[in-house]
Amino acid sequence: MRGTALRPRRYSRRVREAGLGYLLLAPSIAVFAVFIFYPFFKNFYLGLYRNPFFPGQPRRWVGFEQYSDVLTSSEFAKSVRITVLFALYTVPLGIALGLALALAAHQRLRGIAIYRTIFSSTIATSVAVASVIFGTLLNPRVGLLPWIGLESTPPILENPTWALLAVSVTTIWQNLGLSFILMSAGLQAIPDDLLEAAHVDGAGAWSRFRNVTLPLLSPTIFFAVIVGSIFAFQSFGQIDLLTRGGPLGDETNVLTYFIYRQLRGTEQVPDEGVAAVLAIALFAITLLLTVIQIRVLERRVFYGR
Amino acid sequence: MAVDQAAGRDFWSAGDRSRASRPPGSGRASRVLKTAGRYALLTVLAAIVLFPIYIAIVNALLKPDQIAGEPPTFVPTDPQWHTFPDAWDGGHLGVYLRNSAIVTAFITLGQVVTAILAAYAFAFLEFPFKRTLFVTFLATLMVPFEVTIVTNLATVDSFGWLNTYQGLAVPFLATGFGAFLLRQAFLQVPRDLQDAAAMDGYGHLRFLTRVAVPLARPAVAALAVFSFLGAWNQYLWPLLVTEDDRLRTVQIGLKQLRQTSLDQVNVTFAGVLIAAAPLAILLIVFQKQLVRGLTAGAVKG
Repeated sequence: MRGTALRPRRYSRRVREAGLGYLLLAPSIAVFAVFIFYPFFKNFYLGLYRNPFFPGQPRRWVGFEQYSDVLTSSEFAKSVRITVLFALYTVPLGIALGLALALAAHQRLRGIAIYRTIFSSTIATSVAVASVIFGTLLNPRVGLLPWIGLESTPPILENPTWALLAVSVTTIWQNLGLSFILMSAGLQAIPDDLLEAAHVDGAGAWSRFRNVTLPLLSPTIFFAVIVGSIFAFQSFGQIDLLTRGGPLGDETNVLTYFIYRQLRGTEQVPDEGVAAVLAIALFAITLLLTVIQIRVLERRVFYGR
Repeated sequence: MAVDQAAGRDFWSAGDRSRASRPPGSGRASRVLKTAGRYALLTVLAAIVLFPIYIAIVNALLKPDQIAGEPPTFVPTDPQWHTFPDAWDGGHLGVYLRNSAIVTAFITLGQVVTAILAAYAFAFLEFPFKRTLFVTFLATLMVPFEVTIVTNLATVDSFGWLNTYQGLAVPFLATGFGAFLLRQAFLQVPRDLQDAAAMDGYGHLRFLTRVAVPLARPAVAALAVFSFLGAWNQYLWPLLVTEDDRLRTVQIGLKQLRQTSLDQVNVTFAGVLIAAAPLAILLIVFQKQLVRGLTAGAVKG
């Protein structure tokens, strides 16, 4: 008797709760649908169409021809190579330097908070701020580099040998604060008694670092490597501000800049079809890195805890 | 800063090793020496990290021929303070900073609000397809924004939103990361508290505003700082959707500054410092929230 009396009320409450749930999710879902999922899937469709040579004409269906043209082009291969090189220059060194700073600041000393603030300070610089500072310092009109013997003709940012390295140094400096903060947080999570025990057992500083700190820090380092690589593959501002993809046209033409050129190219007609194929390639690389991360994290949970 | 609370022991300095076998008597002197050595190391590292900023400050105050000179001038004896007003006026920095502030406020507020609403639904409500929808939210994290720009540019154009604040902000008004972060925080709200609130006749709105959000305040603050930083530093999207100088954000303004005043290197440096100042001040104030936001994903795994 009581059950049947309650059922309609409970039912309507459930419906109301579900309605509220969808209502609360609606704003987010609307933004995601229009600005993430729709453009994401549209890429695959756009890639099937060749853009008209003259603006105003309809685009032409070419199927997978455009995919294979773009993905096998030497321009694409070079762009991927430069993007990978850029990640290799910036990620490992950036993390190592962040770790070095974090280790140096991981001690009980009066005033250590000031040093920590300084070490994390580059987090307050945007890509644009860092790029303009470094770009101006590398300007031949500034006497600092010639003075320390780092002069080159053509100037560093126009020099095929040096341009990518200069962009990388700028990036490493700009990300140093973030790297320091991540590594410091990782160090805080290591229990003091483990290091204490190693100390009592007579392990030296290097041995404690090598055998206790580093293994326990490895999840943090791994996280930083993956996230850092994903960031590196998305870097754009420093290229646009320092080299615009050059010198020689494409010596620093990373994938994001390649895409940008297709949309807002100065020398060519905007080409959405090619840009879409490049965007899919960028997505595939990011996805690969994310999958690797999940795989390794799963393994860590299995062995570690 | 969170890191301050749990400063651990030093395992970097090799000096520690000899602590047990140190001959008696020399203890105090060697400890003083070791401490001095640590400060020296930290100070050298700090100087290296700050060097580019220091050079930017010095060069902003020098005359162009001093900047070009060798050896470089490291202390401005005749500071050229006029470079700052020059950069402000010549670089339209007032307009650019205002635009950045408007767009950033819009995005930060939007992300925090939409994330609170979505996280509340995921944490406290039951409805069909909840899991699927949650996975959909997480899936947005897999799609880098750069992957979506081709169509987003066309979409924003078709809305007539090129060169508008809406065009700059609306695509970023929701965040999968934020919804996830706040859901985790809401799940920490004790069950007893929910029951007590229900007994007191709290509806969902009252429970959200009086119990859930206040309890999750650290996470909300972390998300706000995180969103702020991301929005303020945006570069690619503002570059694509604004061509009108009156709508440019400060990051794009820096590009103009770099191109137009190359013969006045000191003015460029002054402009960079002005552009960097607001964020630097904010981050000093909100350092704790920032560190929490940045490390939310890292340490817990």
